[in-house]
Amino acid sequence: MLDFPRWKTIGISIILLLGILFSIPSFLPEKTRDSLPSFLQAKVNLGLDLAGGSHLLLEADIADLRKTQLANMEKTVRAAMRGESGADDDIAIGELSTAGGKISFLVRDLAKLDEARERLFNETRGAQLTGQRDWTVTVVNSTRIEMTPTGAGQAQAVANAMDTARDIIDKRVNALGTREPTIIREGTDRVVVQVPGLQDPAALKELIGKTARLEFRMVDANADPAEAAAGRVPVGSEIVPYAEGEGSGAAFEVLRRQVMISGEQLIDAKQSYDPQNNQPVVSIRFDSGGSSTFAKVTAQSVGKRFAMVLDGKVLSAPSINEPILGGSAQISGSFSVASANALAISLRSGALPVKMTVVEERTVTPELGADSIRKGAIAGIIATVSVLVLMIVVYGRFGVYACVALVFNVFLIIAVMAAFNATLTLPGIAGFVLTIGAAVDANVLINERIREELKRGRKVFQAVELGYSEASRAIFDANVTNVIAAALMFWFGSGPIKGFAVVLTIGIVTSVFTAVTVTRMFVAHWLRTKRPTSINI
Amino acid sequence: MRLLKLVPDDTNIDFLRWRKVASFMSFFLVAVSIALVAVKGLNLGVDFVGGQSVRVEFTQGMPPIDEIREKVGDIGLGEATIQQFGSDKAVSIRTALPDGDKAAAERAGQQLVSGIQKAFPTAKAGSVETVSGKVSGELIRTGAISLGLAILGISIYIWIRFEWQFGVGALGRLFHEVSLTFGLFAVTQMQFDLNSVAALLTIVGYSLNDTIVVYDRIRENLKKYRKMEIVPLLNLSINETLSRTVMTTVAMVLALGMLLIFGPDVIFGFTAAMLFGVFIGGYSSVLMSTPVLVWLKVGPHSFVPRTTAGMDGGERVERKDDGAVV
Repeated sequence: MLDFPRWKTIGISIILLLGILFSIPSFLPEKTRDSLPSFLQAKVNLGLDLAGGSHLLLEADIADLRKTQLANMEKTVRAAMRGESGADDDIAIGELSTAGGKISFLVRDLAKLDEARERLFNETRGAQLTGQRDWTVTVVNSTRIEMTPTGAGQAQAVANAMDTARDIIDKRVNALGTREPTIIREGTDRVVVQVPGLQDPAALKELIGKTARLEFRMVDANADPAEAAAGRVPVGSEIVPYAEGEGSGAAFEVLRRQVMISGEQLIDAKQSYDPQNNQPVVSIRFDSGGSSTFAKVTAQSVGKRFAMVLDGKVLSAPSINEPILGGSAQISGSFSVASANALAISLRSGALPVKMTVVEERTVTPELGADSIRKGAIAGIIATVSVLVLMIVVYGRFGVYACVALVFNVFLIIAVMAAFNATLTLPGIAGFVLTIGAAVDANVLINERIREELKRGRKVFQAVELGYSEASRAIFDANVTNVIAAALMFWFGSGPIKGFAVVLTIGIVTSVFTAVTVTRMFVAHWLRTKRPTSINI
Repeated sequence: MRLLKLVPDDTNIDFLRWRKVASFMSFFLVAVSIALVAVKGLNLGVDFVGGQSVRVEFTQGMPPIDEIREKVGDIGLGEATIQQFGSDKAVSIRTALPDGDKAAAERAGQQLVSGIQKAFPTAKAGSVETVSGKVSGELIRTGAISLGLAILGISIYIWIRFEWQFGVGALGRLFHEVSLTFGLFAVTQMQFDLNSVAALLTIVGYSLNDTIVVYDRIRENLKKYRKMEIVPLLNLSINETLSRTVMTTVAMVLALGMLLIFGPDVIFGFTAAMLFGVFIGGYSSVLMSTPVLVWLKVGPHSFVPRTTAGMDGGERVERKDDGAVV
């Protein structure tokens, strides 16, 4: 056991050197690290609790999504009943109800009942190849058609909405220009957003939560303001309130329900300045469809007013002085540069398909994080040094070997964490302490066993060999159980517990390697070259 | 150089003589801990009850806690729980989940921060945590599941590697340690949050390490001294591993003590809990996890294959390589 073949020594040395090499980038300041070759760029990321930053957990409002889904299906049904080839093709239907999460309506012309069902069948075929329908279409009492969303269809709708929501949030957060944000889906209806080093979580929340549904609608010129104030408006129009601080006195506008141009027809939005008064505005550009609609409508309605509506609130309702042909417009309002920029970002990235609410928020200020790291590092060094001193005082030469192995262990843990791009959090540090403790304990076990075997009168070589082999069994069992615990924590635990489990698993492997294999290499080398007849342990 | 020996050679202390007292002590402490948790309750952090918590640092002298409580109460988010950190400059201010819809909960964190900034213009209100009721419920559940499964998984492994008696012993000990730590949280009213669960898991891991070391020696001695009575054999095993138990405990106390004194205040509660865990770990190694084996009637037969048990059960077997693979 104590003869150590050369290849083994070389192998262990290479692992140790690689460990040091790959742990270096994590200690370097960012600038220095950037100048290193690409394979040395990997480093340990510091969790938000240490580095500072914001963590948001967003949950989709599924009820809201179902409502939208229902409203969309209502539109689809009406369109399908209208038919493609003129008035002959129409199927007349009675009042359509969406109560109880299902669509139900009367088909007036009973002869066309089957055709109506056929058309709806085509509209509700599932997007996937499973043959599962998104909606079931049934005929009730031979007069009514009832449509209910299927479980598969609903799950698919949620999944699609969540994917889109994630992408949109990603775009919005990235547009902020912060460093390495993480945006991932979690579970069926959640998105985690982590932005390191962010100073202003409120702005982030607002940006993410923005629905940013932009609509251009005509102002109903026929509406009587007095009637409207009492809540009575012409058919096909509705009252839309002004956004806070807009409208210069007016509380609302009466707008046509029909949407002239919607936000989907935008191709670009950016913050700029109004050339007349230098106020921040948002400049937008429409796609070709949007441009031609805009040109047509404005040409027809010179002298009338249209309104820009954002999230159901009127921003402004300017008069059309001349046809706008270029396909671009300016949204003005009481914007600051920052709020105009935020609006531009949300317009660019599109509207969230589903309302998202923040269900968990954690923000650590960077100063606090930096303070924790500095103090933590100092305390860690003092703690390690005192343990090292204790080991040397108690075990002499063997203690020195254990210490060297322990230092290697620290490098190896950091190197492996960097290679996996793992994140070090506060609980991770606890895992770190535990593995260091386990490494110390392994050496204590080995050295105590060697003492014991010497006391029993064994020769030096035999005592050392027995010390390692007998102690290894307990070390092995202890560490396997810890790995079992770590694996279970990783599977079932949430955030911080996972962070703990990752460090613990990595640390256990490296601790056993350094505390047992590496020290044995040192001891074997020393025994072979010096051939001592007695040892001081 | 003369090396330091923390424990003299060849100790022969009859630890098992105190096993009844120790077992009574352990039962008593576990019962007290459970009662404390039931009566005083744990000071659950926002992770587990929901709500919002803000860490406030007073750079220019901290006002009295009562004044802080009063001013925070004026913000209108209900009564605040105020907890002092290790240093005398920073406090954590926590308020309960606001009534009303999700949007109210979303705003509450911001409301709390701006309220505090208005009341104490010189204070720095930085880190904010807001957790909704639904999420906190899930965090409790996953925390409890992972803790429970970890303890169970470990016990099953020990049962397979050793014998069922050892598995039961380990399970009992882990339960003991976890209960006492909960008791500590109840007595000190330190905030119990997800980081505390990590501390608890660390204690479980450490205590486990200890258990296995002692049990491994018992297993070895059971094979070695077939004729020895179980009580002297357990005493021998404890004495043989005593220097290791003491040395490891001293090393851990040293390391954790330094972290406690010099470390950042965010890990204060965490380190304190671990230090406590190391102390009860040392006690359990010697006086708690071994008596269990006496009751469960562990004997040499526990490690002999059934067929040969009768054949060489009585005679002294020379120590030989037991073929353990490492």
